Amino acid sequence: MAMVALHGVSYTYPGAPAPALRDVTLEIAPGELVVVAGGSGSGKSTLLRAISGLVPHFHGGTFAGRVIVADMDTREHGPGEVAQAVGTLFQDPETQVVTGTVRAELAFGLENRGLSPAEVARGVEEAALALAIDHLLDRSTAELSGGELQRTALGAALAGRPAVVVLDEPTSQLDPVAGDELIGLLRRANEDFDATIILAEHRLERCLGAADRVVALADGAIVCDASPAEFLAWAARAAPNLQTPGARLLNAVGQSPAAGVKRARATLRRAGLLPDGRTDVEQPRGPAPPSPWRARRRSRTGHAATPPALTFERVWHELRAGPAILRDVSLSVAPEERVALMGRNGAGKSTLLRHAAGLMAPTRGAVRSAGRVALLLQNPTDYLVHETVADEAPAAALGPVGLAGDAFAARHPRELSGGEKQRLALAIVLGDMGDPAARPAVVCLDEPTRGMDRDHKQELADLLDGLGSAVVVATHDPEFAAAFAQRVVLLADGAPIADGSASEVLAGGSYFATETARILGGAGGALTPADGAALIGLRAGAATEAIA
Amino acid sequence: MIYRRRASPLHAARAAAGCAYCLALAIATLMASNPIILGAVTVAVLAAGAAAGVGRPLCRAALWGLPVAAAIMLVNALVTRDGLTVIVRLGNVPVLGHTDVTLEATVYGAILGLRAVALILCGLLYTLAVDPDEVLRLFRRVSFHSALTATLATRMVPILVRDGRRLAEAQRCRPGPPPSRLALMRAACTGVLDRALDVAAALEVRGYGAARRPPPYRGGVGSYSRHDAAFLASAVALVAVSVVARVDPAAAFAAYPSLRLTAGPGALLLAAALVVAALLPFADRRGL
Repeated sequence: MAMVALHGVSYTYPGAPAPALRDVTLEIAPGELVVVAGGSGSGKSTLLRAISGLVPHFHGGTFAGRVIVADMDTREHGPGEVAQAVGTLFQDPETQVVTGTVRAELAFGLENRGLSPAEVARGVEEAALALAIDHLLDRSTAELSGGELQRTALGAALAGRPAVVVLDEPTSQLDPVAGDELIGLLRRANEDFDATIILAEHRLERCLGAADRVVALADGAIVCDASPAEFLAWAARAAPNLQTPGARLLNAVGQSPAAGVKRARATLRRAGLLPDGRTDVEQPRGPAPPSPWRARRRSRTGHAATPPALTFERVWHELRAGPAILRDVSLSVAPEERVALMGRNGAGKSTLLRHAAGLMAPTRGAVRSAGRVALLLQNPTDYLVHETVADEAPAAALGPVGLAGDAFAARHPRELSGGEKQRLALAIVLGDMGDPAARPAVVCLDEPTRGMDRDHKQELADLLDGLGSAVVVATHDPEFAAAFAQRVVLLADGAPIADGSASEVLAGGSYFATETARILGGAGGALTPADGAALIGLRAGAATEAIA
Repeated sequence: MIYRRRASPLHAARAAAGCAYCLALAIATLMASNPIILGAVTVAVLAAGAAAGVGRPLCRAALWGLPVAAAIMLVNALVTRDGLTVIVRLGNVPVLGHTDVTLEATVYGAILGLRAVALILCGLLYTLAVDPDEVLRLFRRVSFHSALTATLATRMVPILVRDGRRLAEAQRCRPGPPPSRLALMRAACTGVLDRALDVAAALEVRGYGAARRPPPYRGGVGSYSRHDAAFLASAVALVAVSVVARVDPAAAFAAYPSLRLTAGPGALLLAAALVVAALLPFADRRGL
């Protein structure tokens, strides 16, 4: 008996020109952990909303077919009743927290199910302990950071052990450590409580290792429904943008893709491409890439020819009645250098960018820049206040971000897709790029890849590459940092704890590392599948030469 | 100015007791016509706020309320024709006509102003010291739809405050002239609608519409805590003293046609009783 069953479900949002779901038929057994994969706009969120009953009860539109969740047909049972068996977590935690304190938040869903006070109290305690938020129970939800809010919202979804848990990109706002912890928690809930987990994610490398099954969507229809390994094999043929970095690495060296770091490493080891017991693949030889880090060091000692684009000189930011957010930060960014700022939630990344752009002033120290600093904050919609795209930014600014032309000029900014909104907001902060005097010396972006699929991330990396300004990006996404950055600065507790080339920083850790680096154990500083394949090829070539 | 759990007897009391206490203070404010009694209620609210750890925002609100009180006094002095003691003759004033400002109308205006400030303080004390989630739970058992509306409204306030801050920051990042206020207003309104939909969807998937009668909060504890009992008793005492002060000739007050204020020991005793009744529950700080 399936826990969740969809039979021929088609759905079109009110006023939408095309259906968001097309004839979806799917059965999910009790205790399965299913990952829903697909690009932006493929129908992942709509599928989850159909399972939670919001489609069609809340959104309206045209609905055909049947969705049966825990023996409840969503045609007859609204989302409030479906919530008796389904815990739901959406992307933005700010709008999902509906009460004033964490304790009340965790209790809210349980009370709505009509549980007894003792069951509510027990459910709250268990959820708080499982998510390590017991110390937050009496805190006001208005005071929580983004990561704490996300954990609270997840706790509210998991409280009382619902039979089905539906999660829409739950790790999009979390740092890699918290993201991995969350996937571990879901796996534990799945194994210990037999909860059926349905999880939509863009960062498949994070969750495929824990999944039992993957359902891939394209244009609202199911295009693949298979085990993680079979899905990766399918993706290699039919949807390369859905491949994980580990799968691309294995494909590049002629191996069958495997889900998760452990299985990928075992595959390489079996093929003799990774030494048993250790991963000390020899460093690739060849000319070392120009190191902006060294250039920066030269500039500190006064030998560099060009002055830095941005300098933080012993910057502190101390709250009047609270801790220090930035502690003695000294950094220098060279012109046209591309820097990724990484670190856990609350490490001070966003605060550092706000200081760079002058939105915040240091309580001690100084911030200097060679010119204007453009800052794109986390939510691009906040920049969109006019009625047409043409009113938002000059044509000279729209061109470089790919929004030139009459087709875009007359559109309402809020009707654009997520990626287009992001590019429009970038055009707004960049200003007229044709005017050298108005061109920003530094462009800062705060978490620009939140909720983006792989294609859009690559587009953004290419766009930033061609700006001609120094670029500083705060990100939780090691894969994006590896694709875009020359240099990575790792922050912890308001201070830089690592600062070096992308390969030095991202290949040397276990959390703030790309999947390729994790599979290869950081060998050779390889960060991307292409680097990894080249490294393995070099090693295999060297071994062949030795045998010959 | 939002609720935050603090170590005070009022915060430790259940919402029903906190509501009753704040409501009793408001009733005392509305019933008091004698300025001595009204002054005592105002002092009691401020002192209760201080004892609950929210004295500073209450004092700030009282200062902000003074111009409101002054405006009420001025308007009453200008528009009221009652009173025998003329203190200023303004002659013919446009719109108002022949205007004589009397001492009685001015004093009564000041009393109305003080009452307005005291009511603001009662409301603020409730906002800062009574858990809104518990209150919503209470009302939900009475009226589902009203509680849903209130829940949405209370939840939207902090979200919109954050949104407003973000919008302002984003506009500071724009090069060139800032957008017009109209454009910003339009964007903010659009954002409010989007946000309201998101919050409503979150409420739906959390089972708010399940129409199951929620259980009583605090484990259905039949026995009231010492703080619950103290604040409920205080609320009853406050209303009782207010009624006595209203009907007892010892605390009589009349503004028109000429001022008649009884300020004898009876009035002072009632004023002291009000303050004591309001502050006594704060004496016990066990079990916070």
